[in-house]
Amino acid sequence: MSRITRRRALGVAAGAAAGLAAARTVAAPAEAQAAPARPGTGPAPFDEIFMGRRIQGGPAHNTGGHHGGHHGGGHTNGYSVRIDGEELHVMQNADGTWISVISHYEPVATPLAAARAAVRELQGAPLVPLASS
Amino acid sequence: MTVRKNQAQLTATEKKRFVDALLELKRSGRYDTFVSTHNDFIMSDTDNGDRVGHRSPSFLPWHRRFLLQFEQALQAVDPSVALPYWDWTVDRTPRASLWAPDFMGGTGRSRDGQVTDGPFAASGGRWRVTVRVDGRDYLRRSLGGGRELPTRAEVDSVLAIETYDMAPWNSASDGFRNHLEGWRGVNLHNRVHVWVGGHMATGASPNDPVFWLHHAFIDKLWADWQARHPGSGYLPAAGTPNVVDLRDTMRPWNDVTPADMLDHTPHYTYDTAA
Repeated sequence: MSRITRRRALGVAAGAAAGLAAARTVAAPAEAQAAPARPGTGPAPFDEIFMGRRIQGGPAHNTGGHHGGHHGGGHTNGYSVRIDGEELHVMQNADGTWISVISHYEPVATPLAAARAAVRELQGAPLVPLASS
Repeated sequence: MTVRKNQAQLTATEKKRFVDALLELKRSGRYDTFVSTHNDFIMSDTDNGDRVGHRSPSFLPWHRRFLLQFEQALQAVDPSVALPYWDWTVDRTPRASLWAPDFMGGTGRSRDGQVTDGPFAASGGRWRVTVRVDGRDYLRRSLGGGRELPTRAEVDSVLAIETYDMAPWNSASDGFRNHLEGWRGVNLHNRVHVWVGGHMATGASPNDPVFWLHHAFIDKLWADWQARHPGSGYLPAAGTPNVVDLRDTMRPWNDVTPADMLDHTPHYTYDTAA
């Protein structure tokens, strides 16, 4: 299951690679402005190495099959975040702020900020699919 | 009759029996079903979609029912046990007896957040975190983290809010429920999760047994609010899409409504008058 997820993530990463430099320059000001998503415009995509880990965010293409359909879209604006290729469950609040399953009670301005907060909190630990083990 | 007491007032025997019952629920596998249920709801409750356990009016009756079910599971192990509550406006530092090795154990070590003392330390071999979102299977905390727990004055300012909840019935709402939950205003419930840190800051927060003590106090604050505003009731009353109205049933039980949960006294009382 994680293998499939990773392969899918790599495919997305390859597609995003061309726009990587642009995404980096766009991501920083987007976070600084803390601009909530307006209808029809999702938050900026990003793809960066943060504290030694690859964090990616962008429109969710896809995807059936992973992590058990916990939500029916809408609240993420179809946005998906990955850390080292594994999906981080994120959610957008009504005021435009974001949280993740790693930091669920402390909203931040953007999905990039949520990804970075998760990396800090993980202290190097891998994300695992959202299931008991 | 079950009497829920302030955790600071528990005797050594009461603490031991509570901890032992927690460890037995954990050993039997029952404990982790509560963690799974909570995480499932926290990930599926959304501001613009169906919402039951969080960010919605039913946050309070849902958690009241959830705690009752958990308390009944504890009492099936030891009938003398009741859920204690943690008044974090008073016991507001990592030096509180709550965090002593004979009860919850203390904060995590800086290297990896691991709790290293008390009954739930990984080294004791009795508290492996199995329902989790990352690879770490030990209980983690980071008490404080540069933040302050809510003060009594902040609690009082929220208890003074007369209206239970308001449209749009989510994390953007004005009203008592959302200020108590913490998505808006001075932030009570959410901030305490963040203050504890580690698992308490995640969707799988019941992995930390202090979850129950925190929510028992939130539940008591609901009772305190009801006593202060006898003319204010649960809202919304009926016909609200995606939201649990007063007489709608709540998942996952499907046989209990907010109306059934408004009065806690058939189930338990508190050590102080609400």
